[in-house]
Amino acid sequence: MLKTNQMTQHFATSAPTLTVFVEGIGLLGPGLSGWNQSRAQLQGSMPYQTARSILPLPMALPPAERRRAGAVVRVSLAIGQEAVTASGLQASLLPSVFSSSSGDAINCHEICSALASSDRLISPTRFHNSVHNASSGYWSISSASMASSSVLCAHDASFSAGLLEAMTQVAVEQTAVLLIAYDTDYPEPLRSVRPLPDTFGIALVLAPRGSERSLARWSLAPATCFSSTAADGLADAALEQLRKSIPAARGLPLLRSVALQGQGEVVLDYLENLQLAVQVAPCR
Amino acid sequence: MSPLWLSHYTATSGLGIGLQPSLAALRQQRGGLLPCTFDTVDLPTFTAEIPGVDGVQLPAPLARFDCRNNRLALLGLRQDGFSEAVAAAAHKYGAQRIGVFIGTSTSGILQTELAYRRLDPASGAFPADFVYASTHNTFSVADFTRHYFGLSGPAAVVSSACSSSAKVFASARRMLAAGLIDAAVVGGVDSLCLTTLYGFNSLGLISTRPCRPFDAGRDGISIGEAAAFALLERLPESLDKNAVLLLGVGESSDAHHMSSPHPDGLGARMAMQAALKMAGLGPDDIDYINLHGTATPSNDAAEAKAVSALFGASTPCSSTKGATGHTLGAAGGLEAVVCALALRHGFLPGGLNTQQLDPALHLNYLLENREQPVSRVLSNSFGFGGTNCSLVFGRAG
Repeated sequence: MLKTNQMTQHFATSAPTLTVFVEGIGLLGPGLSGWNQSRAQLQGSMPYQTARSILPLPMALPPAERRRAGAVVRVSLAIGQEAVTASGLQASLLPSVFSSSSGDAINCHEICSALASSDRLISPTRFHNSVHNASSGYWSISSASMASSSVLCAHDASFSAGLLEAMTQVAVEQTAVLLIAYDTDYPEPLRSVRPLPDTFGIALVLAPRGSERSLARWSLAPATCFSSTAADGLADAALEQLRKSIPAARGLPLLRSVALQGQGEVVLDYLENLQLAVQVAPCR
Repeated sequence: MSPLWLSHYTATSGLGIGLQPSLAALRQQRGGLLPCTFDTVDLPTFTAEIPGVDGVQLPAPLARFDCRNNRLALLGLRQDGFSEAVAAAAHKYGAQRIGVFIGTSTSGILQTELAYRRLDPASGAFPADFVYASTHNTFSVADFTRHYFGLSGPAAVVSSACSSSAKVFASARRMLAAGLIDAAVVGGVDSLCLTTLYGFNSLGLISTRPCRPFDAGRDGISIGEAAAFALLERLPESLDKNAVLLLGVGESSDAHHMSSPHPDGLGARMAMQAALKMAGLGPDDIDYINLHGTATPSNDAAEAKAVSALFGASTPCSSTKGATGHTLGAAGGLEAVVCALALRHGFLPGGLNTQQLDPALHLNYLLENREQPVSRVLSNSFGFGGTNCSLVFGRAG
């Protein structure tokens, strides 16, 4: 066993640190409507109060699709646009990473209900919106982006899985990447086994080099970024409750560090017995 | 890119359970599509259902993962010494230095479909034995695989419809290149369920006959199930000439429509171009293209336009979906293994069921197997929602 560990160390330490610059942030959740509006609450200079998430209509989609767009599409397009606008980069050129702990839960409920009934007719729209990559598809259509899109799921680990995929892509391909991490709430009876209280999403535009817009610099050291240290929580009890109750909100400690221009290490919840340690530093 | 080594691989599909039966079926041009008898499905369609899946028992400590999809995953993992190879890699590199990236479209959703039939008539509540997180959830199959091997490195499911288990090669490649891991278990697992059968039926995309890719009379897909896996590692100091390498990966989006491809196959062409570029190869270097070839009128037409625009009309190509059915999120992984068999054993697989090639599609589509040395191949996987991925594989020698 000792030998294996030594070899692990040897393999791990030879890889250089992965560094990205945060060029834009999108945020939407209960009581949080946009990055700029939410910064003070994350800093602790204004009290955070929970309220139902407000999901704007996806105006970038054609009217028919706009009407039919469910929560997964609404939250993804809203936060994606906010982050990309802030970055000043062109949406059509950005590869994307979508990460969510579930697909469209209402569609899933309606399809499973129909399949359990005597009449198994499913609406074709419901079926094509039920795929886990529905929001990626609508994003690429609305932003005319033909760049690659990675669509991930890691249950409660989905935020960190998406961040890891996005940061790796930025560092390896030397390209800016849009990360969209989101979750939506479930109708009963699925809610009884997956009690997510509301819709929440974080979008990040991450770039290999800094700019005058850069908000922070984040790094992953391959030898030490997979950590057994406990994840950082949030001091505000209501925000901490939000972080714990929706997988995509596990990324809030990173946003708080940006709001506070923090320096040091932020540890995020990831997989069972495995956290993700991100080195953070302010850019201005 | 630096080539990566598929140090071990295995496939379980309508072709057979494990590599030897799969190879024999390919050589004999035998397929696994039969009239659908799955569960209570009452659709006039053909499926490639793998026998014995329901009888697979998960190890007791992993009982919470029990569902048809994870049983199929386990059946697949147990073939061809794959489990032993992963265990050896974990010993060599350390359990935290191996990633798990699995593609699936529906994971264990069948478990939820079945639970909806058993809702409490009074309260509408689920039966007590229903476990959402480790059976239905999309991540379940990667989580199960990770626990089965006792791995503790990064893990995720890629779920971009029918490109899912091609795109896991892309995720794994980047993590290996970044030095975050030293090996990756990649693959795809999708099992039959009512959501996909009735869903594709609602879109009018299912054939009432075994699917006929690139046939003039093709009229839709047949759905199959499969579990396919590969262990990816960096190149060792010396390699057997038969070793199979991942040489290039190309990804793109159609940005066109949720359920129909770009009519000219523009996204498909971009993915193939990107894969060739990453491999440092030109179209003439490719001996065979394993087409996405779903057998819907629009998909095959779009892919044919993309392929002939880039390769011309002479590169031998075929779709193996006539043999395996469309295994959806497992298709990219399964077809990667078919490509590995073609490279290792020196043959190009002919497509099944196709009788009259569509004269409007200008491709060198193989209806018979061809025995010849094969050096480099391309495999296409294009997803519903417009997510595309092409992979280039080659022989070491």
